Amino acid sequence: MNQEYKGVWTIAEVNDGKIETVSYELLSWGKDLATKLNVELSSVVISNKAENLDSLIQHGADNVYYVEDEKLEHFYPDVHTNILKKMVEDFKPEIILASATTKGRTLMPALAAKLNTGLTADCTDFEIEEKTRSLIQIRPAIGGNVMAKIKTITKPQMATVRPKSKLPLAKDENRKGKITKIKYDEELYQSKYRWIEFKKDETSVQPLQQADVIVAGGKGLKKSENFKYLQNLSKKLKGAVGATRAVVDMGWIDYSHQVGLSGKTVSPKLYIAIGISGAVQHLAGMSSSKYIIAINKDPEAPIFKVSDLGIVCDALDILPLLEKEIKSGDKND
Amino acid sequence: MEICVLVKQVPSTDKVQIDEETGTMIRSELESELNPLDMYAVEEAVRIKENTPQTKITVVTMGPSSAEYALKEAISMGCDEGVLLTDRKFAGADTLATAYTLSQYLKDKHYDIIFAGERATDGETGQVGPSVGTQLDIPILTYVNKIINITNDTITVQRAIEGGNEIIQTQLPALITVVKEINEPRLPNLENKLKAKKSIIKIVSNQELKIEEEKLGLKGSPTRVVKVFYPKISRNGEKVVVKTPQEALEKITSFLKEKGVIS
Repeated sequence: MNQEYKGVWTIAEVNDGKIETVSYELLSWGKDLATKLNVELSSVVISNKAENLDSLIQHGADNVYYVEDEKLEHFYPDVHTNILKKMVEDFKPEIILASATTKGRTLMPALAAKLNTGLTADCTDFEIEEKTRSLIQIRPAIGGNVMAKIKTITKPQMATVRPKSKLPLAKDENRKGKITKIKYDEELYQSKYRWIEFKKDETSVQPLQQADVIVAGGKGLKKSENFKYLQNLSKKLKGAVGATRAVVDMGWIDYSHQVGLSGKTVSPKLYIAIGISGAVQHLAGMSSSKYIIAINKDPEAPIFKVSDLGIVCDALDILPLLEKEIKSGDKND
Repeated sequence: MEICVLVKQVPSTDKVQIDEETGTMIRSELESELNPLDMYAVEEAVRIKENTPQTKITVVTMGPSSAEYALKEAISMGCDEGVLLTDRKFAGADTLATAYTLSQYLKDKHYDIIFAGERATDGETGQVGPSVGTQLDIPILTYVNKIINITNDTITVQRAIEGGNEIIQTQLPALITVVKEINEPRLPNLENKLKAKKSIIKIVSNQELKIEEEKLGLKGSPTRVVKVFYPKISRNGEKVVVKTPQEALEKITSFLKEKGVIS
């Protein structure tokens, strides 16, 4: 019976009509898997509006399924789950990937429960087992202490994928694909939720887990005012500000910035740890970053074990200089 | 009001160290505790109880018999009673099978709100809460950092999502997963500690639940761990003791240029 499941799906994220970068990252993973399996790759868009759906094709999709309805302006878990359940029953994909964002990590467990299938959380890598064509899902657990390879014995095989775990494919303007608009009956859009408002966090330029660069601070910053250096630096590097549990507990910065076992897990291209000693709980949230720079005055600080470049000095001596040296727009895109 | 809090017992997180030789994290396997992120769920339930007359809080977990201690920790913070779902047949359950067992226990109870932590600090999936809510066919509100209002049949919350906070309302009963910033969990007082010590945990096995074995534990789990390995997290990076801030600056900027972060 499982044989009839075919194709790889990625769930796109759209915010106010704009396709989010994580959607392209998922397509990059999806393309890998679809190529190995020799099947089609489809991107699913569920929204009240979406600009430039062609760009999903240009980034690797063969198909775009676009479920459009004015009632889909907000993320209502019940409506999104019911739509996807219907689509999966109609089209039977063998693999479904969503981003491990708050939306993906809400929607996917609900969908997996409805479909009575397996789901693996926050994967950082995938393989295809040649013999069985099964998806091998690779994820860290216990704060990166253990990596597990996980297989799903039911279909579809579902996983959420850690943002930034793969770069989007280069855009290919000549790539052709099909866009299919789908309408469903009114009853599918009935929701038990009522959206009220969104309050934007003005201090964060972008979500922590989606930032290429994270400038993070710990107790070595001495006082909360010194986070301004980190804020300025992160702005210039088009990044985000991270923090340790200790400084969040002291109220120096909001919890939304906390990195670590009881905060967020991040994998940016560059993580700059400033005045952070590197408690294991913090390392658990950032040790999968591509490059790590650490600045700490204690030469024995554990953070140096995981850093590519360690600078032993008082962070406060160097921050004003660094802030001046790095220019806005200095970042290579 | 009837409130349920779902918790998990996890290995203690403050005992972990890095193994110098292998560069991996090691932790004592003997020590376990109430999942730290569940404490926020317990605290939020207790706060509602303090402001709402005739509220009862039941804390529920599935696990080995030793998980009783996690339930008692929750009772010492102010929960009224504990229920432990335990059976050898439950062992090896993944998130779907765990949520199935929990929801089979919960389905004929009448809770207005079911709380859960955002995720457990060991498995870190965050999937059991939303899965339980879905299997019970009640709305789920995840990543809640503030409860704004509760009426007889609705709840309005604030959710911490990418780029800000969303205010959203749904119908009760509902399943709510909370994040750390929602409150500051209390330390147990002496009275509640004594209460916890004396409390009798209700033990529920599959003899009572009567779930088909195909849906339990490893057998009922669609995901299987095929291999586990220990990544090396330490890097052989360069460590420089700088004499002047200027020297540090040069080191950093040349590293950033080399890696293409700045031009």
